[in-house]
Amino acid sequence: MSTLDDKINEINRLAIQITKDNDDDRLMNLSIGPQHPGSGHFRIVIKVDGDYIVYADPDIGYVHRGEEKMSETRNFIQNIPHLERPVIHDSTNIIYAYSLAIEELIGINPPRRGQFVRAIAAELDRIVYTTYWLAIYGIFLGHSTMFMWPTGDRELIIDLLERLTGHRVTHAFSVPGGVRNDIPYNFKEKCLTQINYFEKRLKEYEDIFYNNPLLRQRTEGVGIMSKEDAIKLGVTGSVLRASGVPYDIRKVEPYDVYDEIDFKVQYMKSCDTFARAYIPYLDMKESCHIIRQLLDKMPDEGSVREKIVGNVKAQPGETYRRVESGRGALGYYIISDGGTKPYRLKISTGSFRNILALPFLLVGSKLGDMPAIYWALNYWPIEADR
Amino acid sequence: MGSLTPDFRFGNFVGSIVWLVFVILALVTLLILPIIFFTLFYIPLPEVDGEVLTPYLFFSMMVDPSRTLPIVQFFVHTDLFRAAVFPGFGFAALIAAATIFVERKLLAKMQLRVGPLYAGKVEGIFQLLADGLKLLTKEIIVPSGADKPIFWLAPIMYVSTAAAVVALIPVASGWVVADVDVGLIAAFAILGFFPLIALLFSWASNSKFPFIGGLRALHQMIAFEIPFFLSALPVVIMSSSLNLSDIARSQNIFWNIFILPINAFVFFISSLAELERIPFDLPEAESEIVAGWLTETTGMMYGLIQLGSYLKLYALAGLFVVLFLGGWSGPQIFPPELIPGAHDSNFPLLQMLALDGLYNPVTVNGIFWFLIKIIVVILLMLIVRGINPRIRIDILLHTGWYKLIVLTFINLFVVLMLIYGGIIGPGGLISTR
Repeated sequence: MSTLDDKINEINRLAIQITKDNDDDRLMNLSIGPQHPGSGHFRIVIKVDGDYIVYADPDIGYVHRGEEKMSETRNFIQNIPHLERPVIHDSTNIIYAYSLAIEELIGINPPRRGQFVRAIAAELDRIVYTTYWLAIYGIFLGHSTMFMWPTGDRELIIDLLERLTGHRVTHAFSVPGGVRNDIPYNFKEKCLTQINYFEKRLKEYEDIFYNNPLLRQRTEGVGIMSKEDAIKLGVTGSVLRASGVPYDIRKVEPYDVYDEIDFKVQYMKSCDTFARAYIPYLDMKESCHIIRQLLDKMPDEGSVREKIVGNVKAQPGETYRRVESGRGALGYYIISDGGTKPYRLKISTGSFRNILALPFLLVGSKLGDMPAIYWALNYWPIEADR
Repeated sequence: MGSLTPDFRFGNFVGSIVWLVFVILALVTLLILPIIFFTLFYIPLPEVDGEVLTPYLFFSMMVDPSRTLPIVQFFVHTDLFRAAVFPGFGFAALIAAATIFVERKLLAKMQLRVGPLYAGKVEGIFQLLADGLKLLTKEIIVPSGADKPIFWLAPIMYVSTAAAVVALIPVASGWVVADVDVGLIAAFAILGFFPLIALLFSWASNSKFPFIGGLRALHQMIAFEIPFFLSALPVVIMSSSLNLSDIARSQNIFWNIFILPINAFVFFISSLAELERIPFDLPEAESEIVAGWLTETTGMMYGLIQLGSYLKLYALAGLFVVLFLGGWSGPQIFPPELIPGAHDSNFPLLQMLALDGLYNPVTVNGIFWFLIKIIVVILLMLIVRGINPRIRIDILLHTGWYKLIVLTFINLFVVLMLIYGGIIGPGGLISTR
């Protein structure tokens, strides 16, 4: 197996050669996206030689919304609803890191019960995001049952989140200083029931999808990214853990109550597309486990939110806080000049870092592997564009 | 009701409808009826019950219950009826339509959905009709630079080729459109046209994704046609005939699937590949090449190709039933008379209900068992779609060229051993003839 540097050299050589003889009839230039059922808000320019991909160029930026610039004109509370737009399925996690950073800048600590509720919402949102991702992975591989089942079961978790937060997808639940409101009556029992049912369904997913010999045939040993390559490319989250690096922000730099929770960091050493597709599934299982512990350890009494005034002033300075989202490490770098608004806000998303690995995985693989490799990178186009 | 023109008058509206009816009636009486009678004057009219069937006699017989049966009997035994209605196109199209509906409902139940629900009040039974009407009203877009004659012809060619395979399938003893002595070879020869049509159409579309899809269709069908043919070879050896009716008749003691289970499996897998169904839907792989060779089809063009592919599904399921499941053979469950004692009854209506000359218990029994078997095979083909992902082209070629061909030879040698050992075949211990 060639090293990453060899591959980069090879890709550069091919790119130069392709631009040199662009009229070569042997190569076919395909534009996968943005109006292609297998791309999303995103485009990959692909050159194929027969069935082999010789050149791949991910072209992002079709859904750039200027979230970072927009944040500079709104105060810390007003920023919450629009900052969760890049990935609405995982909205608690993307606001979680923001809340942590702002709490550090303002200098407050959320009450203990608030931290627990926030973690529960974050884990539920991780499941919502991953079921959606899994559904699309199923339909990308032509498995229509795997599209319908997670999409249906996702509704149960969404109903749970609706009870908890009042909204179905974009919750705006986590705020600097805790969570917006307390858990509703009878939430614990309801949550446990749904989680138990969901774990049963997860076993069925494994039976119909992950243990299917046809799926294993087409994903195992495809798109190999070794441990060293993964670290050099700077991928994160499930993609990094599929390459055999047990790196999880919840373990490495625990935030809120995660240091009190007992959970395993799921990783696999096979480094292939199957591992990348399997790790998020294992994460969902682990999330169910975590939610059960959180519900068990949560204090019954107490406030959930440290109240701050709307136009609160932050201390001048800078901060960087990150959480483990559904797609990997998600961090906020915020500079404050002592005013009521961020001077500069930068979001570092897992999607953007993972998509950088795409050309290295695609070149040399077959056209039929393109959707399997691409979507296993746990990429959400809108989050990458921000 | 916001779409009325300002100068709308209800009287004018009714008047125009009356005028339209008058024009149509005038056209029929003055033009169409004379044309029909002049044509009938020149063509030889058939004889029914010793009388020449003039139009007048035809209408009088249709209203007289006691004389309706002979005329129905006469039409049932014409070649046109066979080709267009019963064992031919109409029957197959009906089964194809039912298959589409059952597929949607079955997959919906597997995937915890409800499927079609609203069209036709009862479980969306008219969904197919609604879809067909929608496709009919859609504009057909021809891509710029397309090879127009082939582009327009390919969907029609697809349906007619599928209908040609259907014509070879015997539904009951003697009930087949084309009773060819080399029926099996004819079926394979006609099936060989499909990749050609796919490739021609994809080339004529002048687009990249259809072109890749067409090439994939070609690769796939060539890779799977050889195991497809080879898996039918032991059947021919055992029945010593290429006539599909004879092959079905030769299985009256035991079905071929009991001796050739591996070949039946290979035939089933290969027919899934021929049909381009999941897990072998590479030529239409949505997430890779949009819709494959169907990308540029619009409106009824797409509808025709879908109809063709479901006719092909019926034809291949029928071929499987004939080759491996004994065709129409099965225990006799229909009584010798439809209504006991009706034949000798004094009441003309009851006597008519006995369906003299139309009701043949052996034929009806054969059709019944054939239908049961074909429904089971079609359901098996449908369920595969719900539980499998798509496979990759290199795995597909490897499966077709290497694994399936080797598998077919195992059973071929088993059959040859049994024949040379004197167990089956002509003069064998369990001989069928």
